Amino acid sequence: MNGKDNPRNENSTGRVTRRSFLSQMGAAGATVTAAPLVARAQFATAPEETSSRGTQKIENAVPIALSVNGKSVRIEVDPRTTLLDALRETLSLTGTKKGCDHGQCGACTVHVNGRRINSCLTLAIMHEGDSITTIEGLGEPDDLHPMQASFVEHDGYQCGYCTSGQIMSAVALLKEPCGPADADVKELMSGNICRCGAYPNIVAAIQHVRQRA
Amino acid sequence: MELFAYTRATDAEQAINTATSKDVRFIAGGTTLLDLMKLDVERPAQLIDINRIGLDAIEKLPTGTLRIGALVRNSDFAHHPIVQSDYPVLSQALLAGASAQLRNMATTGGNLLQRTRCMYFRNTAMPCNKRTPGTGCSAIEGDNRTLAILGTSKDCIATNPSDMNVALAALEAVITVRSASGSRDIPFGDFHLLPGTTPHLETVLVPGDLVTHVTLPAPRSKSKQVYLKLRDRASYEFALASAAIVAEVSDGKFSFIRVALGGLGTKPWRSHEAEAALLHRPADIAMFHRAADAALRDADPQSENGFKVELAKRCITHALTLATQSA
Repeated sequence: MNGKDNPRNENSTGRVTRRSFLSQMGAAGATVTAAPLVARAQFATAPEETSSRGTQKIENAVPIALSVNGKSVRIEVDPRTTLLDALRETLSLTGTKKGCDHGQCGACTVHVNGRRINSCLTLAIMHEGDSITTIEGLGEPDDLHPMQASFVEHDGYQCGYCTSGQIMSAVALLKEPCGPADADVKELMSGNICRCGAYPNIVAAIQHVRQRA
Repeated sequence: MELFAYTRATDAEQAINTATSKDVRFIAGGTTLLDLMKLDVERPAQLIDINRIGLDAIEKLPTGTLRIGALVRNSDFAHHPIVQSDYPVLSQALLAGASAQLRNMATTGGNLLQRTRCMYFRNTAMPCNKRTPGTGCSAIEGDNRTLAILGTSKDCIATNPSDMNVALAALEAVITVRSASGSRDIPFGDFHLLPGTTPHLETVLVPGDLVTHVTLPAPRSKSKQVYLKLRDRASYEFALASAAIVAEVSDGKFSFIRVALGGLGTKPWRSHEAEAALLHRPADIAMFHRAADAALRDADPQSENGFKVELAKRCITHALTLATQSA
């Protein structure tokens, strides 16, 4: 996402996509705080400014090295930066969502060294050398992870905001001790809240993958 | 969140030697500490990351006891085969707490020190004697539906939220603490403090103390164990009332009984009163009711949590029924 030529407001056909537009807006919000509405309006017509974000001096920054979705990355972050914010704001991996930011909703679920955790309740600097997997590392649009495909097939979402956290939890669940019943899945998925109430379809999607595994 | 200095300890000794002031916090899972730092309830000047100092093993000792490192994650603790077979009440309690993600992060030592969920403690705009001594208790006469009815004081009614602690109380665990002056063992019942007039003091730990292990006594192979947790939703919610039971029944009577309660006390609540009412007495429903009455005799409910008295009694009675049915 964070390419050198900064094509983030356009896809290969030059069209502004919803995803790239929202990404721009997020970058604008991170860069300026004083007059956000004005600044964001400017940003919409001056996307090249987003590239300056990466070179901004961060006070008290500490360097960390991580493996994210199989790639080694080196970043500098304020010590207070959560793993979630490092993924979203520093690495522009916005598939992982911020819901409550207090470990109560599960939207920020990622895998660290193969285990699912809430990335909002851990500091990025605590993960020097760790292997992180986010939803972006699970599959591609034309090569979905079986759990992603099953969520699509079973309509396991409505608004989609909790979905990446649901899927990261569900994939981790496949390797955890879990009984065969729907009730067992519900219990182990209780850390992922869905405001739309897509729970029956989420459980069906997970059971579909488990039964075929 | 306020800025802090961050250091990563390589062993326990280094961690202890670095932690000399009360503004220092050890961080392990971080599930309580970072939550409270985001709320400005916790504002440490220094964080010492202890995730890489070892202390992450579960070992059966020659004496028959089970020694658990302070950095063993709640999920690994709950699913350990010896814990599942010999201390099922503990496995059940751990799995009744939080979510799978949080259990992958939260540690044994951290869970011991889990802070209350009292909304006034978590809200820096409100008076709270636990957070800021001397400012008063907002929960008394406030929103106190989920708060404690046992062990309260005029200064604090905050509930200890841990499930693990309830099982450890029933199992009579021992906590090993290391400091610059050496190691010491603390019986579980002596570890947490009642609020009294000093609710900001929650345990006997002092700055520079590091919890290194929790040790469980040799298993009682004939015991039946149950953890029953009652809450507002089926999962991922703190207890309104919970009970941990370790029971041995012979010839229809209790030859051994431990009862501990969660969601009700200002500290993990061992009910010696319920145990005294049951020991050497018949394992029947009439006796369960008497034990439940005894356990709640000193309950001091507030404006919104009076329902917990009856709920707790039914929780104890049902847990005892389950523990003796399976015999």
